[in-house]
Amino acid sequence: MHLDSKDLLASILVDVAAIKQLGLGQWDLLIRQARSAELLGRLYVLLEERELLSHVPEAALRHLSAGSRVTSRHAELISYEVGQIHKVLWQLGIPIIILKGAAYVLSDQPSAAGRMFSDIDILVPKGDLARVEKALARNGWISTHLDDYDQQYYRKWMHELPPLKHARRRTVLDVHHAILPETARLHPSPQKMLATSVAVPGFEDLYTLCPEDMVLHSTTHLFHDGELEHGLRDLVDIDALLCHFSSDTAFWKRIVERASELDLVRPLFYALHYASRILQTPVPQEVIAQVEKIGGPNQLTLNIMDWLFMRGLRPDHISCSDSFTGMARWMLYVRSHYLRMPAHLLIPHLFYKAFITPLNERKAEKLAVERPTIERLLAQAKTGQ
Amino acid sequence: MKVSEYSPEEFIRQVRRDGVLLHIGPFSVRVRSSLEDVAAGIHLHYEDYVVSDQEFADFHVTVEPSRGFRKWFHPQVNFIFDGYTPFKPLPRDQAFAMFEWGLNWCISSFAQDYFLLHAAVVEKNGFAAVLPAPPGAGKSTLCAGLVSRGWRLLSDELTLIPVNEPRQVIPVPRPISLKNASIDVMRDFAPGAVIGPIVRDTTKGTVAHMRAPAESVLRGCETARLKWIVFPQYKPASPTILAPRPKTRSFMEIATQSFNFSILGETGFGILKQVISDCDCCDFIYSDLDEAIATFDSLADGQQDICAA
Repeated sequence: MHLDSKDLLASILVDVAAIKQLGLGQWDLLIRQARSAELLGRLYVLLEERELLSHVPEAALRHLSAGSRVTSRHAELISYEVGQIHKVLWQLGIPIIILKGAAYVLSDQPSAAGRMFSDIDILVPKGDLARVEKALARNGWISTHLDDYDQQYYRKWMHELPPLKHARRRTVLDVHHAILPETARLHPSPQKMLATSVAVPGFEDLYTLCPEDMVLHSTTHLFHDGELEHGLRDLVDIDALLCHFSSDTAFWKRIVERASELDLVRPLFYALHYASRILQTPVPQEVIAQVEKIGGPNQLTLNIMDWLFMRGLRPDHISCSDSFTGMARWMLYVRSHYLRMPAHLLIPHLFYKAFITPLNERKAEKLAVERPTIERLLAQAKTGQ
Repeated sequence: MKVSEYSPEEFIRQVRRDGVLLHIGPFSVRVRSSLEDVAAGIHLHYEDYVVSDQEFADFHVTVEPSRGFRKWFHPQVNFIFDGYTPFKPLPRDQAFAMFEWGLNWCISSFAQDYFLLHAAVVEKNGFAAVLPAPPGAGKSTLCAGLVSRGWRLLSDELTLIPVNEPRQVIPVPRPISLKNASIDVMRDFAPGAVIGPIVRDTTKGTVAHMRAPAESVLRGCETARLKWIVFPQYKPASPTILAPRPKTRSFMEIATQSFNFSILGETGFGILKQVISDCDCCDFIYSDLDEAIATFDSLADGQQDICAA
């Protein structure tokens, strides 16, 4: 079967039955692309659902089932971790919204199946941020990014605390107070999202976003993000969410209205545009046209975005790259910062990250090596040195 | 085709150009490197292993010099797994060792259809003895000694127990990593063994690799039945002591020494329970390698049952 190897994984995600025609060399590439895109577990689930596992060569199947073991375990751990977070925070009597992957698990979404999770994201009211942080700190969640600059970056400009890491379990928790930074150009209201959120059964004060907001959050996150190594995975999430929610025919009308209300039309357009192009998500043509009319880019911008995103949304694997992919990824990284911060903040920030941060890191590494450890001091004392 | 059928020069050229696909135990590894000593190290240590032109490889790895000024100033090398660099660079002379450590990382990170232990495992008469130990306990020396005296090497570092068959161990015979004093010990103990170049100043001290015995490689598809779990500890001038170890403590220690006990979740717990139930668990203290091997031989011959709890 002739498939452009750059789009091998995407083609199989669109037409899973096509695996029957793959040669061993193509399986080799498919597994590698899926691994780098963190979609091995997902691919396994899709093959299992369509009863195609018997058509997978043994050598490839081992990797798929290994990937599936990891993602099943992740899903278990996510549920446990959400429980732990809830145990700590419910006494504060504030609404906590679970976002992204963990929300898919809690609300039993098809997008949760076979998914890798790297951390948990929650949204809390801005006014309660200090109490939340204190309660978490008392229960073992420690701030990362201890560099003063980074702490200021997150707290002053971004929409979240610096990531918290649990001291014992090493799990990562991102606490947001909005879905976009205050310095960003778009301003979706977290209060509006809270007003329509859906309670999680069995957990007091725990919510997930309503379907339209769940999609809009995912689209905004993907098309505002600079690091697109998981771009295809996020697009797969969006495709799964859209397919699931659009079984309710009124969903399309609601999401277009909600996107306008929350000032998130542009990222929604990109999501619908690229999901239908890359994954052939069945989005009605008139919906895309309507969204484009309300807040889509002009033709030149769209051409540029196509040049960038059709490369950036591929797996970060050598078989998916051409000579411009590196440049495209770098430009998307700069774009994401441009979307997050105005130029007068952005330029000093990029300068700092490019030059000052590596110097500080090297200094810290040197200090760590020179600082005497307890063992060394005890050994010195013993030998009388 | 075997690695030994290439001349060293041909092999170096091939590894530099397209890489070679090595079959190591249940895994296929495509390795490429522009570095002569990596290719030469593989040619030396993997001479009995099969090379093929199979199009599917479990792991695609490269060992390459760092770019930029690090190419000439205190040169460094990187281990790259399919475009991803999991480690910080190491000094240039550790290139072959880095290939070995990198391969350990590949197996312990991705082979999740096995219960993976940080332990050596050897076999005699169809039965496997697993030797779990933290670094410095003398497990590699003991392992190298045993396989120089008739025991088969399944692995010196990674014990693979299939998730669906927890009574078995899968061989992944590879060069045995020797450290510091044990390099000279093995030179004396097994003068016929092939030991590669010595590399100093690694994070583990001075390191060299001993080639796996040819028979261990040839029998690399033969599984073994789990029978003993022996926790070794080298203690200078100590008599040889083999004593039963409570299964509860053995369980906890193995769980700690496992790479993926946590990932396997409840399945992992069930597997470990089965393994501990099936095996005789003991502590083993030794200082004399000949005596140590004699003890193991008597275990294998069924003459000694002191290990049974």
